[in-house]
Amino acid sequence: MIYLYRTLSMLAYVLLAPLVGGFLAGLDRKLSARMQGRMGPPLLQPFYDLAKLFKKQVLAVSRYQFMMVASFLAMVIGTGALFFGGFDLLLVFFVLTTACMFFVLAATVTNSPYAELGAQRELIQMLSYEPMILLTAVGFYMANGSFRGVDVFYTDEPAIVRLPGVFLGLLFILTIKFRKSPFDLSTSHHAHQELVKGVTTEFSGVLMGMVELAHWYENVFLLGLVALFFVSSAWWSGLLAVGAVLLVWFLEVLIDNTSARVKWNHMLRSAWIVTAVCGGGNLLVLEIIRMLF
Amino acid sequence: MELWIILLILLPFIIAIAQFLIRSDRVRKVLTYGSSGLIMAIALTLAALWYMKGQTALSLPADGGLLTEAIVPYIGYAMLGVEFLLMCVVIWLSVKHKRFLGALLSMAQMGLMGWLELSGKIHESAGVIYLDRLSLLMCLLIAVVGGLICIYALGYMKDYHHHHTELRDRRPFFFAMLYVFLGAMFGLVLSGSLVWIYFFWEITSIVSFLLIGYTGDEKAIGNSFRALWMNLLGGAAFAAAIAYCALTLRSVNLQVLLKRPVGTIGIMVFLLAFAALIKSAQIPFSKWLLGAMVAPTPSSALLHSATMVKAGVYLLLRLSPALGGQITGVMVQIVGGLTFFIASMIAITHSDGKRVLAWSTVSNLGLITACAGVGTAETVFAGVILLIFHAISKALLFQTVGAVEHAIGSRNIEDMHGLFRRQPGLASALIIGIAGMFLAPFGMLIAKWEALTSFLNAGGISVLLVILVAFGSATTLVYWTKWLIKLLAVPAGTRREDDRTANSQWLSLGCHMLLMLILCAAYPFFSDGFVTPMLGELGFAGAHQLLSLPDRVVMICLLIAVFAIPALARILSKKVRVEQSPLYMSGINEGDHRHYEDSYGQPKKMYLSNWYLTELFGEQKLYVPVSWATVIVIVVCFILTYGGAF
Amino acid sequence: MPKFSKSPWVMHYDGSSCNGCDIEVLASLTPLYDIERFGVVNTGDPRHADILLITGGINYHNESVVRQIFEQMPEPKVVVAVGICACSGGVFRDCYNIKGGVDTTIPVDVYVPGCAARPESIIDGLVQALDVLEKKSAASAALSEGESNAQQS
Repeated sequence: MIYLYRTLSMLAYVLLAPLVGGFLAGLDRKLSARMQGRMGPPLLQPFYDLAKLFKKQVLAVSRYQFMMVASFLAMVIGTGALFFGGFDLLLVFFVLTTACMFFVLAATVTNSPYAELGAQRELIQMLSYEPMILLTAVGFYMANGSFRGVDVFYTDEPAIVRLPGVFLGLLFILTIKFRKSPFDLSTSHHAHQELVKGVTTEFSGVLMGMVELAHWYENVFLLGLVALFFVSSAWWSGLLAVGAVLLVWFLEVLIDNTSARVKWNHMLRSAWIVTAVCGGGNLLVLEIIRMLF
Repeated sequence: MELWIILLILLPFIIAIAQFLIRSDRVRKVLTYGSSGLIMAIALTLAALWYMKGQTALSLPADGGLLTEAIVPYIGYAMLGVEFLLMCVVIWLSVKHKRFLGALLSMAQMGLMGWLELSGKIHESAGVIYLDRLSLLMCLLIAVVGGLICIYALGYMKDYHHHHTELRDRRPFFFAMLYVFLGAMFGLVLSGSLVWIYFFWEITSIVSFLLIGYTGDEKAIGNSFRALWMNLLGGAAFAAAIAYCALTLRSVNLQVLLKRPVGTIGIMVFLLAFAALIKSAQIPFSKWLLGAMVAPTPSSALLHSATMVKAGVYLLLRLSPALGGQITGVMVQIVGGLTFFIASMIAITHSDGKRVLAWSTVSNLGLITACAGVGTAETVFAGVILLIFHAISKALLFQTVGAVEHAIGSRNIEDMHGLFRRQPGLASALIIGIAGMFLAPFGMLIAKWEALTSFLNAGGISVLLVILVAFGSATTLVYWTKWLIKLLAVPAGTRREDDRTANSQWLSLGCHMLLMLILCAAYPFFSDGFVTPMLGELGFAGAHQLLSLPDRVVMICLLIAVFAIPALARILSKKVRVEQSPLYMSGINEGDHRHYEDSYGQPKKMYLSNWYLTELFGEQKLYVPVSWATVIVIVVCFILTYGGAF
Repeated sequence: MPKFSKSPWVMHYDGSSCNGCDIEVLASLTPLYDIERFGVVNTGDPRHADILLITGGINYHNESVVRQIFEQMPEPKVVVAVGICACSGGVFRDCYNIKGGVDTTIPVDVYVPGCAARPESIIDGLVQALDVLEKKSAASAALSEGESNAQQS
């Protein structure tokens, strides 16, 4: 029975994540506009954008571009599918890492100076968030005794009770993963910037469309990760998780609208310090408690 | 079986003598192909025989065998004689180059061992040779990887002396040393007596010293003497361990000693672990391995992959049951964990391909060391898997970088820009090697996964290791991805270049690539069927598998996906209408995608470089403080062990 | 059938202008005018742009730049000349270095006059450009359909 649910959950992710991701992206733009005192675009704007991108002409500069972007998209979908299928979290993160590597390669195969600049910054971003991502998986293992995502449904209390530090650390690096200011170093939606569009500079038409789509999939996966902290065997934990996800997401939009971009070395230092102190500290405390009792 | 074991140890030495005497290129070629094939065949036969004869551990001398207890003492004297000769060589070279530290260490060890042996303190002749799954695995790795490297050396060394006409062609010596190395490694992993292991241990130290100094220039001499004194320091610790065992514990048989209560063998374990840390180039003793790069590539490939450094981790894995939960184990864990993290950070700052590979070797050995130091069944399992995959990936990468250096005249990663078009074959070999080192779902990553899980299960101080591994994985990812970036970034209009790689080199590279893919696919089977029983032999009880069946299925699917998805996308991309367009350069692209028009209206060349983060992760900045930290850890641990023993 | 007019991404290029029109272009993004209501995204990358919005005239130095940026934009694409200088060269048209309006170099679809052009007229010009975009996409779709039909037969 559980296998059926897991399969259904995977399928639901693959089919529905673009809808949810696109909707959230629309809400993001609307919300940002309201925070700035503007009307903002229609709620469905991201879908219009995506439809247009898929119809536009493709201007490529390298014949490997399509291959890399398609691999990136496929790997991201795989990451999310494995996650929502309740597989081993470490496995999920390893696939995510592979996906991100394809994203970097998609930029650098073009030999474009701006894409290269963005890609090198993207690498620094990966360097910044990767330790915390792994420690998150480790935290779940220490809290639930299993790396498998599906096992949170068998716990008595949500993981957040034991992993507040890990959750804080994850929140910090989520801003990097969502490509939100102050950590939107490798690519961002703003015009008038020193790196043009960074990683995505040379992507046109369907290439850009696939990147957008992959980001929607990725965002849904990341929010799922947030939800994982709040889910337990109790029925109300689901409501708690949805509430937490919405709150986290609102927080990210707020941070995006109220902060300016930082330099990469500042990002790296702060992310590592937060990871070591919040994530590492939390794990050490858990281990000490385990050894004492 | 006995015959095959003896043959495996002795044959490489005989081949070495033959290699030394041969001056003709053609005869050398025939001999090298033949002997490498023969060594592989013997190792495989040994494995087959072991499989058919009940898969049990074998201890020699046995009743009615070729090797009788009566002969063993004479072999001991012969070994002493050889050691004396080696000491003479070291003293002669030390005097010649006026560097005496190595000579002093060598004489001290010789004195100690000579006294022990001649005064009859060592009289144990049972179980001098010991074969179990770990030995067998090492034999297979050494035979296959080492044999292939010797074949690779044929084409490589010919081209090498073609390029470096200023160097004296000492190829007979070089090939002889390669085979001595293989023989010593076989001896090392097949010996059960500490005295025998020590003998072969010293041979690897001195042969690596001779190989590093091959070119004979100032830098090579300096580096070779550094390698010498560091490894002889380890050798001195080894000799001290033997003296302690012979005088206090009344036995020099490792198998016998490891069955004793852990509390009584603490000092021996510490001394041996110290020697092993030096051999496997852990911080603060990493510099000798970095310096070893000055030697021709085949010797680097040999030192870094299946031999030399693996001798260190092999010994640690053997000792691991006695390391778990002990002070020495904590030392090994901390040194290994720190080395893994710090070395991978330093690797980010380098652009020299061989240097990156060297630091990555140090880093990965750190992880294996840490696994051995935790000393539970699961961590040792992870360590063994890491060892296998690392040996093959690293051998492949070193050999390919050597071939690339000859093809494009540089081993700098920046110069490998667009190599995928210029040298498709070599670039593919590099890509497979690099993918093997860090990508899901290749071996190294699986092994890292196992390591993380098993550290967590071990608990206690290992949680600190988990944090180090988390950071170290991120840094590892960065330096490999940077390399991939360079290989795949093909500027428009790049042309294919001549491939100067010899057939013998391609044979070796091809076999390594194939071997790695087969291993990745076969991993779930041999880990259960071979590695898990190995843990029982090493002295662990109740090993269980780490990865569940669904995870393994997913892993195999991933392995296919990693190749299938890009291939499929490549086919799909032919359906999509793609127009070529000038690269966006925020101004005028001069049309060749490499020059843009500057504000004076002049064309200016664009140069794309990787980031190296030297100001954050510089070698000067990190290495010295961490060296001091590890020295303090080792000293404190020594005091605690020594104090605890009395 | 997706509507190109629902997602116009604009790239703004500043030619030989006095910067007056540029200020007004940015003004149309502010809360008062909020051009994002129409889905407009101000992008800095020709690869992502549907509309090339140029202020200021063409001089002999930026001529090739404008031509290359136009070339780097994927089809269908529309050019909007904002301000009198972009339309015809304006007060600078007789200068020794000025070639004239944008249409001396690339085909212009919509002209927005004014010195400086008001945000209202810029928005009006962009909305007109959306119609052109839609027509061009229909034309290119018909063209490619015709091509594939020709291939089949």
